[in-house]
Amino acid sequence: MISFKMPSLGADMEDGTLVEWRKQPGDLLQRGDILADVDTQKGLIEIEFFGEGVLEKQLVEEGQKVPVGTVLALIRPVGAEAEQVVPPAAAPEPKKEAIPMEPILQEEKPASPPVATEKTKRIKISPLARKMAEMHQMDISQIKGTGPEGAIVKADIEKRLAEIVPEKEVVEKPREVLQQAPVQQAAIPESEAIRKAVAAAMSRSNQDIPHYYLEKRMDMSKALAWLKEANKERSVQQRLLPVALFIKAVAKALDDVPDLNAVWENGLQRKNEINIGFVVSLRTGGIMVPAILNADTLSMDAVMACLNDIIPRARAFKLRSSELSQSTFTITSIGEGGGDKVFGVIYPPQVGIVGFGEIRDEAVVHEGMIGIKPVVDVTLAADHRATDGLIGGKFLAALNKYLQNPASL
Amino acid sequence: MITITYREALKSAIRESLQKDERVFLMGEDVGHYGGAFAVSKGLLKEFGPERIMDVPLSESGFTGAGIGAALAGMRPIVEIMTVNFSLLAMDQIFNNAATLLHMSGGQLNVPVVIRMGCGIGRQLAAQHSHSWEPFYAHVPGIHVLSVGTHEDARGMLLSALQSPDPVIIFEYTSMLNLEGEIPEDAGAVDIRKAKVRREGKDLSLITYGTGVYKAMEAAEILARDGMDIEVVDLRVLRPLDEETFLASVAKTHRALIVEDAWKSVSISSEVSSRIMEKAFFELDLPVERLCGVEVSIPYPKHLEDASVPQVQDIVDRVRKILKP
Repeated sequence: MISFKMPSLGADMEDGTLVEWRKQPGDLLQRGDILADVDTQKGLIEIEFFGEGVLEKQLVEEGQKVPVGTVLALIRPVGAEAEQVVPPAAAPEPKKEAIPMEPILQEEKPASPPVATEKTKRIKISPLARKMAEMHQMDISQIKGTGPEGAIVKADIEKRLAEIVPEKEVVEKPREVLQQAPVQQAAIPESEAIRKAVAAAMSRSNQDIPHYYLEKRMDMSKALAWLKEANKERSVQQRLLPVALFIKAVAKALDDVPDLNAVWENGLQRKNEINIGFVVSLRTGGIMVPAILNADTLSMDAVMACLNDIIPRARAFKLRSSELSQSTFTITSIGEGGGDKVFGVIYPPQVGIVGFGEIRDEAVVHEGMIGIKPVVDVTLAADHRATDGLIGGKFLAALNKYLQNPASL
Repeated sequence: MITITYREALKSAIRESLQKDERVFLMGEDVGHYGGAFAVSKGLLKEFGPERIMDVPLSESGFTGAGIGAALAGMRPIVEIMTVNFSLLAMDQIFNNAATLLHMSGGQLNVPVVIRMGCGIGRQLAAQHSHSWEPFYAHVPGIHVLSVGTHEDARGMLLSALQSPDPVIIFEYTSMLNLEGEIPEDAGAVDIRKAKVRREGKDLSLITYGTGVYKAMEAAEILARDGMDIEVVDLRVLRPLDEETFLASVAKTHRALIVEDAWKSVSISSEVSSRIMEKAFFELDLPVERLCGVEVSIPYPKHLEDASVPQVQDIVDRVRKILKP
């Protein structure tokens, strides 16, 4: 029997709320199927299952908030007989240290007969009332509805709010109690939650990781000329942007210098797949880092299509678990009008981040002459525990090699 | 302000249009010598002559088509179809020609025709003369569909419709013809793109059009005495729907009741309700409700006729039920 656990969707995640089961006991699961929706600080995430089997039993009810690593469901692998299973007694303590980046799957031996879990009763609540409850992080299971069919309506929320405020004045922390109560439905995380998540990850990075920095100015004339030529044959929708070229070139350079495509967890651990995390700024403030999986094996058009798909979804908080948890290296690109250079902060437990500044014309010396060329200042911030400047330098040199020979990508 | 009947307001709009633009002419069954089946054009033949007030044979398809042709040729015809009940005979002209020609000609041919039709119940004319068929017309792209629910719009909508380069259908309500109302002395053209909030309130949005507008206003007045603060939204334009206005109203009140005379299934209210659900779902505190025509052929006896469409008391009762469950 496979125990399917609450995955870690980033180093900063400690727990998640299971919002909705997408599969029911008895459903046949195939590789890549979405098993459930989980609400995290980063939004509503679709949790995928990367195996094959039959969903035997759901162990967590919709609306329950559980720590990372809690067994969510038991899955019978293909071929195994249906058997009586028992859910593990308690969820493990949330780990504070580095957490594996992938959904945790492990075989577990069945023991005694199952404990019946009661189906949660669906709470009737008007859309407006639900929105208000989420805004105030209220536990709607504690509210009595007075609307049609006992539904909770706006007036009930207002009444409850009026009760909470006086309580807050008397007791010390009723607000926190409310926040810890299971949230019944997922809310789009407020920018505050995103801000907190970014703050936690970045603080940890700066506290734990001794960064070293390298910088190299790269000539973009060949790359831009190649893009211009390539785009002539493409429709507006399919047009390639320089960022696709950057992603592809970084993926190839990582293939050449694999020590940077790694995580630092009790030593350097190289990753087999090259999944490029790409920093997307949210309009409401904060950032998301969705991954372009296996970027080294994708064509340039596929990378571009992937970006076109993933950026709007990131902004709408609709990413899949694999996209959020599996990046092995990160790119940040400041874009037009931002800065000439950007020095990244490593996303733990990765060991490097490359930053692309604005592409702009500069005077450069070329074969003893001064000319004007489009250039981009590329920076690398890397973990000095994992690698040294020599490796970083090799990586930038490799990256430059690919940008000077875009056709090879 | 002047007091004027709905009929007089319609008539003064036609007269002003004829005076202002010599391309404008009125054509329809009995609009000339008889003065119009509902006396809306009474006296206009004498004032403007037979070239501009044109009696036509009893062939809705024929004369509506002639009107569309005149519009293509540069005129600004006002086609009067006596009632919506007979307009089915002209639907081929309206839907297959007026509504599509701009598209079929690749943008070369506009059809600036205005088609007025009497609509609705309330005069004991029995099933075949009492239909509320606004939803048929509101279904079709390529035409604008207006519903004259107030004296202000009776005075102003035609003037604005004649400025449109594209076909405009105007629904006028025969049951309202003798109704008196006040309009400013200088009342004239009105915006025919927007719905209008006729009364502001915060507890519930009564969304309606046509004969529903004054009924809703009266109901809101009664409910106000019991402390219920009702907002009345007059849709006015049934195609293209001005959803911005009613969505904003729902966002304010969080509750909606849609009222119309037309049959409930596949109606204007179904469309409005859908749009609220699609675009203002998280503003809703209660399910959207509807009060519509009973789905029967409209009966002849007065008391049954009254019972077949929503009345003021029905609106009051339903709102009370919604707000005080």
